[in-house]
Amino acid sequence: MKRSSRARVAALAGLTAAAVVVAGCSSGGSSGSGGSGSSSSSSKLTASAPGITATTITIGSHQPLTGVAAPGYDEISPASNAYFQYVNSHGGIYGRKIVYKVLNDQYDPTITATDVHQLVLQDNVYAIFNGLGTPTHLAVVKYLNSSKVPDVFVASGCECWNATSTEPETTGWQLDYVREGKILGNYIKQHFAGKKIGYFYQDDEFGQDGVKGLDDEIPKADVVARQSYNPTVTNVAPQVTALKAAGAQVVVSFSVPAFTALLRLNSLKLNFNPQLVVSDVGSDPITLAGLLESFAKQGGATVSGNQLTQGIITDGYLPSLGSASNSWIQLFTKIHSTYLSKLPLDGNVAFGIAVAYTFVQAMFKAGRNPTRQDLINAINSGLPAGPSVAPYAFSASNHDGITGAYMAVVKNGALTPLGPVQVTDTSAGGAVTTYSTSQQAAPASGIPSP
Amino acid sequence: MTLARHLGAALVIAVIVVLLSIQLSAYRDYQLAEVAAYLVAVAGLTVLIGLSGQISIGNGAFMAVGGYASALLLTHLGWNLVLILLASVVVAAAAGAIFGVAAARLRGPYLAGATLMLAVALPTVADQFQHQLGGDQGLSVAITPPGFLGGSFPPTRWQAWVTCAAALITLILLANLNRSRVGRSWRAVRDDEIAASLSGLNVARLKVLAFIISAACAGLGGALLAVVTGIVAPGAYTLTLSIALLTAAVLGGLGTLPGALWGSLVLVLVPTYLTNVGSSHGLSSAASSSVPIAAYGVILIVVMLVFPSGIQGGLRRLFGSATPMPPVLSRRRIPFTALRRPAPGRENQEEGPS
Repeated sequence: MKRSSRARVAALAGLTAAAVVVAGCSSGGSSGSGGSGSSSSSSKLTASAPGITATTITIGSHQPLTGVAAPGYDEISPASNAYFQYVNSHGGIYGRKIVYKVLNDQYDPTITATDVHQLVLQDNVYAIFNGLGTPTHLAVVKYLNSSKVPDVFVASGCECWNATSTEPETTGWQLDYVREGKILGNYIKQHFAGKKIGYFYQDDEFGQDGVKGLDDEIPKADVVARQSYNPTVTNVAPQVTALKAAGAQVVVSFSVPAFTALLRLNSLKLNFNPQLVVSDVGSDPITLAGLLESFAKQGGATVSGNQLTQGIITDGYLPSLGSASNSWIQLFTKIHSTYLSKLPLDGNVAFGIAVAYTFVQAMFKAGRNPTRQDLINAINSGLPAGPSVAPYAFSASNHDGITGAYMAVVKNGALTPLGPVQVTDTSAGGAVTTYSTSQQAAPASGIPSP
Repeated sequence: MTLARHLGAALVIAVIVVLLSIQLSAYRDYQLAEVAAYLVAVAGLTVLIGLSGQISIGNGAFMAVGGYASALLLTHLGWNLVLILLASVVVAAAAGAIFGVAAARLRGPYLAGATLMLAVALPTVADQFQHQLGGDQGLSVAITPPGFLGGSFPPTRWQAWVTCAAALITLILLANLNRSRVGRSWRAVRDDEIAASLSGLNVARLKVLAFIISAACAGLGGALLAVVTGIVAPGAYTLTLSIALLTAAVLGGLGTLPGALWGSLVLVLVPTYLTNVGSSHGLSSAASSSVPIAAYGVILIVVMLVFPSGIQGGLRRLFGSATPMPPVLSRRRIPFTALRRPAPGRENQEEGPS
């Protein structure tokens, strides 16, 4: 008895040790850091930072490739990667090729934390690029900043990425929701004066930031209903009923595409036809049309997606996909037809290519042998607008990205601009003004010049 | 005597873990910490199922209770880590007691159904209390290594130490509990409730106690996981987590503590490993992100076909009685006793019209 117990104890110790060794060895051997035996004789390129070798720049991202947020958003990282492939096959960044490693976080913040630890600690990435989602990315901002890993061009318009004193490594990119709310609100104030306004928004930082911007512009007395939704509850009939009961003539929606579609279908069912004004993230006409048709089909009805998106007012900070003569749209079309022909050329693909272009701009500016800090310094000293219709706010004390957008209406599945580009700031009193500088054309090579 | 032996073994393991954590890369330390956090929760579940013969598909919810308790205590009261961990154990145990008493009369699939409800309902509470619980974004749990370790001490190594220490203490307590009168009474209840109650055991109380202990373990696991990942958010505690815990317990070998270790290793390592394999073989991100889910299913089917009593049972069969340890918790091989339906005749007696 005594003997067997002792053997048992020893075995338990041995087993645990073995298990730990297994933990240590599995999937081992990936990515030694930096110093691959670069032939220093032929090139001055050095392994100047983690994730940078003489021949490659490895960056990583967390994206929802499966799960509730995947429809539409899962096109973004393939589109970015397509642009990186294009750059790689045209000489790369000072000769280095970009390696873009994307992990699926299923839009779950806990998986995001694990993914980002893997990217930083095991895959040894130079920077986290375009991590998608407000709740997800908030889970890793502190970690990335304490580890001094550049966390650039987050794919979310939360104002929270602009905290240069506490989180200097993190930067936004897309038009933030406060500015967007102000621009939409300004348009509503001018064009729908005296009408009854209803809000429909996602009950988190995304929707709340948007509402903050709207309230800066729209007179309080005009707002007759404020209805929020929770992205895990797909029944929005109560909110739509309340909007109808309040007699809203214009409904402003800060929603993701699936909930814009649900709002539209529920309104249709109630024979409620307000003018819809939808935030850019929830209004991509192609994504929306697909969702409308598939949701209606699940409910046993047939609708025409394009017909239902017709007339939705929204805003855009990239050139409209409908303007075939725009040099940026021509570039997007070229990248799309060469590398991405399986995906539709929609707003998500344009987003992915445009943000990848911005990253390449910043990397060229960071220099031949950049450290991690060089990338942040490059962004802090400002970037030319590139594919964005409005300038970036980037400076040492501001990490907001795009500062403005044009208002547009959806016609036949594409955006038709309604006016000039409007720019503003995030303060309550800051005016919305017209930005008259016209957009610079895309470089003929499709690659930003160093 | 038993306690002394277990303590000795734990000491040996602790030394090995410390040495290993220094050798391992920062990311491996992070995974080690994750394994240890899940191990605590899975061990509690395997005791519940394998020893007391009850089933729970809701232990992920108790992990949420522990995780949120630790996040709230840290943000509002700023307690130190040990106190926070102890408090989350107490809070989760209390939650387990409430649920355990309410569900004490349920058994088999009915108990499973009730715990399933818990797993589905509890995460949405966070959305109802946006202000206090942070909604979908959750709460952050930022804990840094203590100052005496020095500023350059790798945080992940410290996390590995904390979680492994907590896991070892939990395992010692569970192993001792198993050898105690309570463990013997649980086995009696599991094997035959009527005989157990005829022998003077308070069956209901024993079952509730098992539930409380498994909830307490889940709570500690949840708190540890929150410390490791730095966040608690409802998305992490869905039904999928509860089922993953159950899967890990079954895969490892129900009712055995080493089995809980195997199960946790599979839970943490298989998904990352397979994603890497997928992407290094040129699969697209979308395709390689589906590989782990498919492979997990295959592993589950294969293990259940080849080793019906889990990995630990399989090891025991392969190496005979000599090498690896006999089951710590149970002398009998119990392939998934908890899901075994009582013989039809008995069932009718128990659940017949009343």
